[in-house]
Amino acid sequence: MLSVNVAKRRGAFALEVAFEAPTPGIVALFGRSGCGKTTVVEILAGLLAPDAGAVRLDDVVLVDTVARRSLPAERRRIGYVFQDARLFPHLDVRGNLRYGQKRAPAPPHAIGFDEVTDLLGLAPLLARRPYTLSGGERQRVALGRALLSQPRLLLLDEPLASLDAQRRAEILPYLEALRDRLSIPIVYVSHQFDEVMRLATHVVLMESGRVLAAGGIHEVSVAPELNAIVGADAVGAVLEGVITAVDVPGGLAQLQLGRGTLLVSAADARVGARARVQLLARDLILATHPAHGLSVRNSIAGVVQVIRNDVHEAQLVTVDIGGASVLARVTRDAVAALALSAGSPVWVLVKAVSMRSHTL
Amino acid sequence: MHGFLGAAELDALRLSLTVAGLSVLCSLPAAIVVAWLLTRAHFPGRMLFDAFVHLPLVLPPVAVGYVLLVLFGTRGPFGHWLYVRFGVELAFSAKGAALATAVMTFPLMVRAVRISLDNVDRGLEAAARTLGAGAMDRFATITLPLMLPGILAGAVMAFAAGLGEFGAVITFVANIPGQTRTLPLALYTAIQSPSGDALAARLAVISFTLGLAGLLAAEWLARRVRRWLGR
Repeated sequence: MLSVNVAKRRGAFALEVAFEAPTPGIVALFGRSGCGKTTVVEILAGLLAPDAGAVRLDDVVLVDTVARRSLPAERRRIGYVFQDARLFPHLDVRGNLRYGQKRAPAPPHAIGFDEVTDLLGLAPLLARRPYTLSGGERQRVALGRALLSQPRLLLLDEPLASLDAQRRAEILPYLEALRDRLSIPIVYVSHQFDEVMRLATHVVLMESGRVLAAGGIHEVSVAPELNAIVGADAVGAVLEGVITAVDVPGGLAQLQLGRGTLLVSAADARVGARARVQLLARDLILATHPAHGLSVRNSIAGVVQVIRNDVHEAQLVTVDIGGASVLARVTRDAVAALALSAGSPVWVLVKAVSMRSHTL
Repeated sequence: MHGFLGAAELDALRLSLTVAGLSVLCSLPAAIVVAWLLTRAHFPGRMLFDAFVHLPLVLPPVAVGYVLLVLFGTRGPFGHWLYVRFGVELAFSAKGAALATAVMTFPLMVRAVRISLDNVDRGLEAAARTLGAGAMDRFATITLPLMLPGILAGAVMAFAAGLGEFGAVITFVANIPGQTRTLPLALYTAIQSPSGDALAARLAVISFTLGLAGLLAAEWLARRVRRWLGR
């Protein structure tokens, strides 16, 4: 368990953040630029002292202002991958990777040099100097360097922010491999919801130095507070399930979600794998009867939980589909015409091709 | 070469190189510590300390030589202690000339080292910290190597300037052939003597050449190291 409860004032900016997140797992600190995500991460790393509060990681007290205890950054064993990589320019890639490893507690190390170079594809870069590397390569080296310091927590501060879409797509699989192969808890800072959706198990939604919502990825994805941060078009429930069937020629996979199933387009799906999918609120259709004679491939039975006002005279309907909820954006007219209210049974219609699943 | 450089010139040249080299060697570690204090440390009286370090730039060199004579002369408090304790005699010796030169070139060196320290990215030090490096470790493995361009440039510059230190040297250690008669002192002596015109000209040429070579070397070194650091 990572437990954070800290306050910090920096000029006019006041940070007051409290959350708990399970370990291991990926906690995403998510919010707009300038909301205080990096400040939280610096406090976790020990590079910044909180004015008040405490941070605990499992049974280790990292800082506690009441008990007047603070573990110095160099003894915290918290790997930090900075937005700008911060590779040491006077050392080659190998020297950078070894820097933290040499200072880690005595071997046997949980994470070996070869394992990291394999995992991150660093072998061809070992003799290169940092200034000859591309942005994506630099981030991979920085990631490897942090991992080799044998951290008990890894902080990733927007490691993809300085990269273009192509480089971003090149790094994401490495991060996924990291999550799946090593059991190091990770705090991942991002202002891109698609990254959070692919990687995070737990989300802390921040705005202006405060926590708006925190919880599992599904819980936060249907939280009303998310709307203002990601924008109306990106709002939608993130669901996780097991792939139960794959139709390779059709490019579709069947995803078991609680009681229902969902057909999604998935190029790399395997039967038995866990996968995650986002149902965008704007893509969902609500019906009072099961669909017939429509091209829509998914029709899920559910019950209306809440109806809230949304942007542009629309309304956001939360539907319980058995163990999970989805959000549908429909017009005020439609809500009236279908006589929807809390407790109404509905069918949620969603096109298979409108969803991309991400294998976990 | 013997036609151009006589025994007197060679003596003066050799002595100047020794004195300047010794002074750089002694003042470099001190300059790094002082530059660090002035850039990174916060303590009361920092401005006064800063001014004190830069004093030799604005003082008449003769005044500096006089203070050294009072403090480090055979009967001065430090000079006496050094002689009794270690048998080191600074007054009227090449070592004394090196001390006078070190004091005079110290501000120059501190300035160069300080600029290079200012240019070190604190973010890299923070990164080293998260990787488990304590304060001394960080300084030795990150800060110091990144300061290298400035340190080298400062050292070469101070060396070149030290070859020509006159006022403080002649005041503190006098003008003894083969002992303390460095290039500028030999040049001054030659100008004073009725038949010294040719010698003076040759010594002046040597001084010019060394000065120019020093400045060029400082620039070249700084460039090389910067390229090595990928900047």
